[in-house]
Amino acid sequence: MKALVWHGKEDIRCDAVSDPEIEHERDAIIKVTSCAICGSDLHLFHNYIPAMMPGDIMGHETMGEVVEVGSGVNGKLKKGDRIVVPFTIICGECEQCRRGNFSVCETTNRNKHLAEKVFGHTTAGLFGYTHLTGGYPGGQAEYLRVPFADATHIKVPDGMSDEQALFLSDILPTGWQAAVQCDIEPNDTVAVWGCGPVGQMAIRSAILLGAKQVIAIDRIPERLAMAEAGGAITINFDRESVVERLNELTDNKGPEKCIDATGMESHVSAAQPDTLLDRAKQMFLLENDRPHVLREMIYVCRPGGILSIPGVYSGFSDKIPMGALMNKGLTIRTGQTHVNRWTDELVQRIEDGQLDPSFVITHSVALERGPDMYRVFRDKQDSCVKVVMKP
Amino acid sequence: MFHFSNLVRSKGDPKIITSGPSSLTAADRLARGLGWFSIALGTLELLAPHRVTHALGMQGREGLVRSYGVRELLAGVLTLSVEKKAGLWSRVAGDGLDMATLLSELRPSNPRAGTVMAALVMVGGITVLDYVCAQDVGAQHDAKRGRKRLYSDRSGFPRGIAAVKGAALPRPASSTAAT
Repeated sequence: MKALVWHGKEDIRCDAVSDPEIEHERDAIIKVTSCAICGSDLHLFHNYIPAMMPGDIMGHETMGEVVEVGSGVNGKLKKGDRIVVPFTIICGECEQCRRGNFSVCETTNRNKHLAEKVFGHTTAGLFGYTHLTGGYPGGQAEYLRVPFADATHIKVPDGMSDEQALFLSDILPTGWQAAVQCDIEPNDTVAVWGCGPVGQMAIRSAILLGAKQVIAIDRIPERLAMAEAGGAITINFDRESVVERLNELTDNKGPEKCIDATGMESHVSAAQPDTLLDRAKQMFLLENDRPHVLREMIYVCRPGGILSIPGVYSGFSDKIPMGALMNKGLTIRTGQTHVNRWTDELVQRIEDGQLDPSFVITHSVALERGPDMYRVFRDKQDSCVKVVMKP
Repeated sequence: MFHFSNLVRSKGDPKIITSGPSSLTAADRLARGLGWFSIALGTLELLAPHRVTHALGMQGREGLVRSYGVRELLAGVLTLSVEKKAGLWSRVAGDGLDMATLLSELRPSNPRAGTVMAALVMVGGITVLDYVCAQDVGAQHDAKRGRKRLYSDRSGFPRGIAAVKGAALPRPASSTAAT
């Protein structure tokens, strides 16, 4: 089969690889009908996430049709079922899964020993990601083996298109969880840093959750326009001061809720000198992340407010203003998304016509164009916001 | 086709059979080569400046060569990074400095004037390569490539914002991770 394979920094290839096989009785294999490139795939593309290996298949936003089922799936899936595959692999049985903390499932990471050394404890296995999270082959391929498939799936309701369902795998519940974690109240201002796909979903989620105003921060005109279309007031940080504008929009009190949908790769510019230092340190392996957004959120957030961080951070971040964080009494909530916790509610909202996540798709191409599209998406060419691929 | 990484895959994981087209462009690959060239040259200049000064008849200027070595190493790291365009332009600037230094050594009293001339020709060639590569990398990764579109009609709310604002209130009882 064809698959997009990581060979090193900025080197993704569309390779011919052997087909996946059922390895365990709880496995299933799907024929992929749609998959997408996620912003966090770019962290892998840039080789910022440790423990990738040449030959790893990319992709964790995938859906398709079940073509083979292991004997332990126990009738929960059958051939022909259309499913979305959550990016977090879950057993559904461990203590964390029972509590709904699916992204920290205790069972599914097949490289637990690595995760325990690096993170202190294991987290869930993830598709198409680092070997710290199991090194499971991803779904930017023609076929995907889904481990623990009896629990790790979302059945697609009849009549729902691939484009509407695909993002239940990651960016929709990620944006949703980011907003829910803010405990939004009707008088709240929610500021969202980063208008990529997760930021766009977080903006829509904050609107659905009833925020008084949502403010979106980015520098790319088409992303800001899309954010505005979703109900946000926009700030272009190339043209105006984020701190001044946020204070102006909140009677100098700052937003109550702040969402970091940017993560470890803040835009580097001389106008934000800390990003230059972070980038230099990152280059010499003295720091993993560029946490400019986190610093700015801590500075501008209203005392007693909440910082929600769906953006990916990989390791060590320097110069976090802990004094401001502590004295302002801010709460930080973060984590990989507990996808299945939000599935029923989000499926319902899509079916009710409250939200159609397909709005974010700007490019739909064949899988073979994947390597090129990584570049286009990374370089923000052709007004690219979200790439969906059809194997 | 043998791929080392196939050895560490589990039984049911797909393994590479043949490799296809890469996301790396020819200019990216050239930049990578130039980056490693910088690292090699910088290491030589930093650790063995006497070899360089002796070859070029520049005895006594080892400190200068060492500082050029540091410059080459920094340019190499930058060229090998995601910001390869900045790295390549820093190499072009460094090439200019190298040529100016070599020109100052191109005097009749220098017994190694011939070697200096050869080095000048080589640096000139590399400067052309650096310049062309910087131009290509810049053009290929330019955000202005492709169509420009705004997405002002993409609300994501089929029923309109006013109809759904606050539709998710009251919030689910369990809004944060259970403990």
